[in-house]
Amino acid sequence: MIERLRASALLPFLAVILGLIVGALLILVAGKNPWVAYSAMVEGAFFGGNAFGRTLEKATPLIMGGLAVAVAFKAGLFNIGGQGQLLLGAAFAAWAGFTFDLPMIVHIPVALIVGGLVAALIGAIVGGLKAYRGTHEVITTIMLNFVLGNFTDWLASRDGPWNDPEGGALARTPLIADSAQIPRVGGLPTGFLVAVGLAVLCWWLIERSTFGFEIKTAGLNKNAATYAGIGVNKILILTMAISAFLAGVGGAIETQGVTNRFEPGFNTGLGFDGITIALLARTNPLAVVPAALLFGAMDAGSSLMQSQARIAPEIIAVIQAAILFFIAAPTVVQYITRARNVSSEDDGVRLSAGWGG
Amino acid sequence: MADQQLLLDARGLTKRFPGVLANDSVDLQLAPGEILGLLGENGAGKSTLVKMLFGIYKPDEGEIFMKGSKAEIDEPGDAIELGMGMVHQHFQLVGPLSVAENIVMGAEPKRGMFFDLTKGEEQVAELSQRFGLAVDPKAIVEDLPVGLQQRVEILKALYRGAEILILDEPTAVLTPQETDELLQVMRDLAATGVGIIFITHKLREILAVTDRVTVLRDGKWVGTESTEGATQESLAELMVGRSVVLRIDKDDASVGEPVLSVHDLRVRDDRGHELVRGASFEVRSGEILGVAGVEGNGQRELVEALTGIRPANQGKVTIGTQDVTKASPRTIAEIGVAHIPEDREKDGIVGVYSVADNMVLNQYFKAPFAKGGQRQFAAIAENAERLVEQYDVATPSIKTPGKSLSGGNKQKVIVARELSIENKLVIASQPTRGVDVGSIEFIHKQLVAERDRGAAVLLVSAELDEIFSLADRIIVMYEGEVVADMPAEDATREQLGLLMAGATD
Ligand SMILES: Nc1ncnc2c1ncn2[C@@H]1O[C@H](COP(=O)(O)OP(=O)(O)OP(=O)(O)O)[C@@H](O)[C@H]1O
Ligand SMILES: [Mg+2]
Repeated sequence: MIERLRASALLPFLAVILGLIVGALLILVAGKNPWVAYSAMVEGAFFGGNAFGRTLEKATPLIMGGLAVAVAFKAGLFNIGGQGQLLLGAAFAAWAGFTFDLPMIVHIPVALIVGGLVAALIGAIVGGLKAYRGTHEVITTIMLNFVLGNFTDWLASRDGPWNDPEGGALARTPLIADSAQIPRVGGLPTGFLVAVGLAVLCWWLIERSTFGFEIKTAGLNKNAATYAGIGVNKILILTMAISAFLAGVGGAIETQGVTNRFEPGFNTGLGFDGITIALLARTNPLAVVPAALLFGAMDAGSSLMQSQARIAPEIIAVIQAAILFFIAAPTVVQYITRARNVSSEDDGVRLSAGWGG
Repeated sequence: MADQQLLLDARGLTKRFPGVLANDSVDLQLAPGEILGLLGENGAGKSTLVKMLFGIYKPDEGEIFMKGSKAEIDEPGDAIELGMGMVHQHFQLVGPLSVAENIVMGAEPKRGMFFDLTKGEEQVAELSQRFGLAVDPKAIVEDLPVGLQQRVEILKALYRGAEILILDEPTAVLTPQETDELLQVMRDLAATGVGIIFITHKLREILAVTDRVTVLRDGKWVGTESTEGATQESLAELMVGRSVVLRIDKDDASVGEPVLSVHDLRVRDDRGHELVRGASFEVRSGEILGVAGVEGNGQRELVEALTGIRPANQGKVTIGTQDVTKASPRTIAEIGVAHIPEDREKDGIVGVYSVADNMVLNQYFKAPFAKGGQRQFAAIAENAERLVEQYDVATPSIKTPGKSLSGGNKQKVIVARELSIENKLVIASQPTRGVDVGSIEFIHKQLVAERDRGAAVLLVSAELDEIFSLADRIIVMYEGEVVADMPAEDATREQLGLLMAGATD
């Protein structure tokens, strides 16, 4: 058990270290002190003021996006559409938030679930196209990112139905009702706990439930799944719906816990970061949490790094991209670190898995 | 000092996998023009041995000499360079490309910068004529029958100048005719000086073509003997370490009610060709119905339709009293139908799943393996421990991934799983393909026990031996039709052979 954990945690660990080294080199090239920069980043992420709360807040949509990708991956599906699904969830949660008038204990979950379900519907369509028409989900989800991005933009725009009448020229929805806002407890965002709860639930689903066994079987060997009496098409549709649901709830938590309304463009890229997070976590739902915390901390710490060490926050994006690169290229890591047993395949995690057809 | 006369001289090869000593200081010698048989039970280490020779695995210990000098083989590329060719059980061909393209790929003739296809085709035609391996260079590989695809693999090796040819269970996927042709090809190649290492579980084939045979048991070299004078019995005993019953004894069938009735069944394949054309037959409880026929005459589609995997176009299938013509695989399984699929790698096993998970693929959702939607790992493990013991599956543990079992042990996992619950109907397609003689005996006994318990057994097999030793009644399929239906004791080999070839009386 310990051995296995070591082997499977080794690659992500090395990738993060290498990513940070790449970042340090770039900071050096820019004539700055990496030590100072990284200290500022750590301070900005964990200490002082509301730093830790911000880290948790940043990590929350990353957990959801990461779970979305990880769960789909178990069925052999590559959900690149987290971004669009997240925007859809964010917009519809806002709608449920400013439209209904409900007690808080009902309103919060209702808005979260509305956001999730609308996204799930899109996911089900993607899954259905894959199952019955063979349309590759990578293609459909990428295209849907554009469609859903523009659609949600329009919803909140001045010509759109959900535009904030008090916002003047601003493209945004009205504020959601107080009863739909996820409260902070002691300065810490409660939405984070919701995300962690869902991560545990996903883990149970995949690793412990019979349904998860069906998902994995369908993802690993479609024929054997069919012979075992598993309805593979049904699994593809349900899994894609669950995946999109998770991304949608991620967007809803942003709306209800952070922005309190839907404003297009407030969270560009969050959905895409989910892919990196899922890979860093080697598609293990529980590992998604620490992976998201790491990225969340980097994002949260970047502003202090900018003000204290005068380093552009883009360096964080470079570090994150470098980590993704090293995760995706285990042989490179192996070569650089001479580490043995670094393999990206022992959990059935292959970057190319989605392209099999 | 190594012998210069030997094409290949491997000494003390050892290979360890987690929990298994797959090869324990094994020696192997191959002379030019010699056909060397490699025999051993499932999991004895035959595939591991040849994979080390070919550079797929790196030996932990031992040395390989070729023509007297030490060979450094780190990867298959080195082995090919040194004149080795290997035909894997799973072909490494590119389906949509032509025969010639597949053969010359990687060493293709060029004109200027460009691939010279015409030249390639000429070379391939010349090669296939020289070695008597007829195949059309322009044919598209995926349209060819398995036997010809295998021929393409062999030509591919010869094109690269192979002097040593390694064939790992090449006949497991062939029809009897194709097998005979392959054996002839092997003899012809050996006559030109090529040395061949030939792995098979069929003792008849060993006796028919090999000059010497090396036997492995539990990863150890047991002996190398000249084939002359050997008999099936003596080889089986050498391999298993005890005498083996090659023909099973069974009591007379006590036949009951019909369990499976098929009426005028028509089934299409993926391309829309009708491959089962109006088949009608019955299997009754307490009998084994053998379906004989050359592969590709609709048996696969028939079984797929009976198990709900492929829709029937027309006709009616009844199990017990239930019409299951349109039923799903799950519904049919739940009525009490076990299915041993013919392609175990593709349809029967999930490679990365543990042996334990593979053993509950048919029951994972039911008590005691699941409660309230939650999997019960203790019960799953217990089930696996029991079946591994009962079916003598060679595996380091029940947690070992299915893919690292040897071919025959994968088959045992499937058979164990499918027969672990009492069913009304057992459908077994090629249940002993790639299985060693000892295990064939065991699986046959299990099928007979199912029959004696009162189950109906539908046995599809391309092996006439298997049909004759098990079936109580035999039907013959030819071009999708049932052309004969007779009690086993009335059937003769000659008659079945003719019927399978399409003769009408
Ligand atoms: N890649 C692998 N990883 C772990 N164990 C392996 C691997 N390949 C083979 N083994 C184990 O090594 C032993 C020998 O396997 P091998 O495939 O060589 O047997 P074989 O003689 O070819 O059997 P069969 O007749 O069933 O094909 C088996 O116990 C098998 O489980
Ligand atoms: Mg083998």
